[in-house]
Amino acid sequence: MLELKDISLRLGDKQVLRGCGLRLDDGERIALMGPSGCGKTTLLRVALSLQKPDAGEVSCSWNRIGVVFQEPRLLGWCTAEENVNLVLSDKAETLPEAARWLDRLELGEARGLYPAELSGGMQQRLSIARALALRPELLVLDEPFKAMDEALAGRVGQTVAQSLPGAALLLVTHSEEEARAFGCRILRYENGRFV
Amino acid sequence: MSAALRKTLRTLAVVLFWLLIWQLAAALVGQELLLPSPLRVARELLRLAGGAEFWLTVAQSIRRVLTGIASAVLLGILLALLTHKSALLRALLSPVMTLVKSTPVASFIILALVWLGRDVVPPVIAALMVLPVVWANVSQGLDGIDPQLLELAQVFRLPRGRVFRRITLPSVLPHLRAALCSALGLGWKAGVAAEILTVPARSIGKRIYEAKIYLETTELFAWTAAVVLLSLVIERLLLRLVGRIGKKGGAHA
Repeated sequence: MLELKDISLRLGDKQVLRGCGLRLDDGERIALMGPSGCGKTTLLRVALSLQKPDAGEVSCSWNRIGVVFQEPRLLGWCTAEENVNLVLSDKAETLPEAARWLDRLELGEARGLYPAELSGGMQQRLSIARALALRPELLVLDEPFKAMDEALAGRVGQTVAQSLPGAALLLVTHSEEEARAFGCRILRYENGRFV
Repeated sequence: MSAALRKTLRTLAVVLFWLLIWQLAAALVGQELLLPSPLRVARELLRLAGGAEFWLTVAQSIRRVLTGIASAVLLGILLALLTHKSALLRALLSPVMTLVKSTPVASFIILALVWLGRDVVPPVIAALMVLPVVWANVSQGLDGIDPQLLELAQVFRLPRGRVFRRITLPSVLPHLRAALCSALGLGWKAGVAAEILTVPARSIGKRIYEAKIYLETTELFAWTAAVVLLSLVIERLLLRLVGRIGKKGGAHA
């Protein structure tokens, strides 16, 4: 379970979050929607304890949290396979499992390539493969499909949905269609809150 | 012709060019006491290298200087880790490192000779030359670790050892490599200079000092050539070692 209570946060002159609350239970799927810069990613950062709020409480009972950030955040000195293996054991025996996740994300042929050798869309799929390989109890996706064309985004979305039996999902998106495809309950931004 | 072969041939051509200039200059001067020819120096170096004493002397000097360099590298990394965590410690240490870097090496050698035994001075001097460079570069590497990758490690709850091996080490190694590139030659030269002034038993410095006293210019040049060659070999070996550690951590730098 993830619960955010009365979260308020000011960044510079802007009051980004104002008494914002959110509760996510096992297997529940929520999509956060709102205009660019309204505070969706900031709320995710607070939920992931990467940003301390000015006020409010965050509690999370899950241990395995897979995250796909807006930017892929890959280790440039590791191959695609090693990037996925990072969240497994980082040992040779889990490399085949890492390779299987790459296959599922249509990156099988890129397993020996470094991130700089991959396109933007491939890098994003690699970061999705890494998050799924963790077999997360909570998967956090921050606009994960923006570097992909519609057809590919559809296939990847399907893979993600199939790989998440029982896991909770927190999705940030601008696309209502995407949110519905994942079966998410949609929360929209309104005056510093998501309702 | 491969690019590597072309590069080697070009380097050889440059070396040959300067050896030729040296040979011409020696022929013009015409006095071995002032400027021996490269051929005479090479012959003298081969003569010296034919005796066991040469290798024992070289081994002792390498032991002294490498002890100093290795201690400085370890201490530099340790201090960089500490000052990365503590801004107060960094503020305290920064001026000391600047002072060490700016002080003439001869002042340190004379002070160390007053305070320490003559056999200890060369490693201490080599360490003093290497320490600020390693500390500054490793600190820069630690400061430059991508915070987004550290956040990634935090949310994925990666174990500390894995974060060190996969994120910290590959981020720092290129800086350590750069530090070794610039500091090794410096440490080696300063160590030998300290030997010349402190003349410890069985040392390259002592042999250079004696060659100067007895006006054995060719031997002086031969020992100097040995110092240069050893510096190149040690630098290559250590950089290869750092590169190997880097590969294990996944760094390609």
